[in-house]
Amino acid sequence: MEFLDIFLLEAVLNGVLLGGLLALLALGLNLVFGVIDVVWICYAELIMVGMYCIWFLYAKLGVPLAIAMPAGIVAVGALGAAMHHFVIRPVLAAEPINQLLVTGGVLFFLQAAATVAFGVEFRNIGVRLPSLAMGEMSFSVARIVAFGVAIAAIAATYLFLSRTFIGTAIRAISQDRTIMPLMGVNPSRIYLMTSAMGGALAGLASCLLVLQYDVHPAIGLSFGPITFMICVLGGLGNLIGGFVAAFVFAQFISVGGFFFQLEWGYVIAFAFFIVVMFWKPEGLLARRR
Amino acid sequence: MLQVTDVSAGYGGFQALFGVTLHVDPGEAVAVIGPNGAGKTTLLRVISKLIPATQGALVMDGQPYNELPAHAVISLGIAQVPEGRRLFPRLTVEDNLRMGAFIPAARASYEERLEFVYSLFPRMKERRLQLAGTMSGGEQQMCAIGRALMSGPKLLLLDEPSAGLAPVVVQSIFELIRKIRAEGYTVLIVEQNVQQVLKVVDRAYLLETGRIRSSGPASQLLDSDEIRSAYLGMA
Repeated sequence: MEFLDIFLLEAVLNGVLLGGLLALLALGLNLVFGVIDVVWICYAELIMVGMYCIWFLYAKLGVPLAIAMPAGIVAVGALGAAMHHFVIRPVLAAEPINQLLVTGGVLFFLQAAATVAFGVEFRNIGVRLPSLAMGEMSFSVARIVAFGVAIAAIAATYLFLSRTFIGTAIRAISQDRTIMPLMGVNPSRIYLMTSAMGGALAGLASCLLVLQYDVHPAIGLSFGPITFMICVLGGLGNLIGGFVAAFVFAQFISVGGFFFQLEWGYVIAFAFFIVVMFWKPEGLLARRR
Repeated sequence: MLQVTDVSAGYGGFQALFGVTLHVDPGEAVAVIGPNGAGKTTLLRVISKLIPATQGALVMDGQPYNELPAHAVISLGIAQVPEGRRLFPRLTVEDNLRMGAFIPAARASYEERLEFVYSLFPRMKERRLQLAGTMSGGEQQMCAIGRALMSGPKLLLLDEPSAGLAPVVVQSIFELIRKIRAEGYTVLIVEQNVQQVLKVVDRAYLLETGRIRSSGPASQLLDSDEIRSAYLGMA
C-alpha cells in the first residue's frame, strides 16, 4: 500500500506540474476570446510556429537559446497581431461560424506551410534536461521549469490586467465596446494589443514545449484540442475558470494515467469533459455576462 | 469654448439633425431641452464624434476637430457622461474611474484626480471595490460623472443624467450638477426634465425634430409661454 501511495503522490504532483503548463496554454486562447469574442482554433498551430522558430534558430543556425527563445516569443506575438489584422478584423462583424472557419483555415495553412518549409520529420532541439529525484519519486526538470515559468507568466498577466491602464481597458472593452472612444481608447488598438499578447503567450508556451517535445507540422493536434476543452470547461473567456479547469484536467490525465495507462488518462479526462458538457454546458465557472 | 456651427447628422438614411448651431462659453452651464426623439442625444454624439457630422463645423477652443477620430476628442478637454450611464458593470468603481483617466495626460495625475473625485463623491470612496453594476441607479450616475471628471476635462457633456432614476434621486443628481458647476466646470447638459434643468443652467436651447426652435437665458425660457405649455404642463 505504501508503494502505491508514493507513486500516486508522484502522479498527483506531476499532474500539478502539467496543470501549470495547460493553464498557460488556456490563458492566451481565453484572453483573445474573452476580449475579441473570436476563438482562435489555430492557437496550437501558433505554438507550433514558435517551436519551429526556436528549433530553426538554435539547432540550425546555432543561435543561443537565450536569444532564440525571446525571438520565438516576439515572432509569435507578431504573428498574433498579424492574425488579428489580416484574418480577424475583416470578419469581426461576421457570423461566429464564419469566424471559426476562418481561423480553422489558418490552422491548415500553418500546418501546410510548416510541412513545405521543414518537412514532416520530427525535429528535436537536442537539449535534454535531467530528472530530479526526491526520495523514490522523480520529476523531469523540464516540467518543473515549465511549471514555474507558466505560473510566473500567468501571475504577470494577472497583474498587468488588474493594475495597468491598458490592462483595465482590455477588461473593459469586452463589457462595452461602443463607449470606449469616450474614454479616449481606440478599440482597434486594444484588439491588436490583446492579439499580440495572446500570440506572445503562445510563443512562451512554445519555449516550454520545445524542451519536452519534438516539433512536427501536426504537433498542434496533440495539445490544441486539450487547450480548447480546458477553456470550454472553465467557461470560455473566463480566465480564472480556465486556470482552475487546467488543473482539474491535468489531474484526470495524470492520476487517470497512473491507475490505468497513460493513454487512458486522456480518455478519462475527455469523458469527464463530455459529462460536464451535459451537466453544465456553460462550463464549470460560467462566463460572467 | 465649444462652437457648433450648422451641423447636420443622421443614421443611415435617417437625418436626425438639421443645421444645428450652438455655442458654450467658458464657465457656463448650457442645456439642450426638447421632447423625445428631437435629436438631443444625437447632438452630443456628434460633439463627441461617436457619429460623424454630415455637414457643419465643430470647434473647441479655436481648434476645428471635425477630422479627429472619436477617441482623440477627450484629449481636447471634452468628456461625455453617456445616456444610460454606461458603466463597465463587471469592473469595480475604482477600475471604472481608472478608465476615465486612460488618456496619457490624465494618467500622470491619476492619484490626484482620484482623490478629487472621492472628495466630491465620498460615497464612491466607500464603494471603491464594489462592482459598478451592483450599485443603485443614482450611485451609478455618480460614478459615471466621476469617470468623466477623471480625464480633467474643460467641458463636461451630460446626456439625460436624470433618466430612469427615482424622483428623490433626480433631486440629488441635480444637486451634484450644481456642485460640479461650483467647481468651475463648463457643462453642456441634455435633459428632458425641463423644469429641473432650467434651474441649474444659465442658458438653454430648445431642440425640436432636429432643429433649434428657440434659445435664451434659462429664466427667460422658464417664463416663455411656449415652454410652459409644451414642457411644464402649465397654460
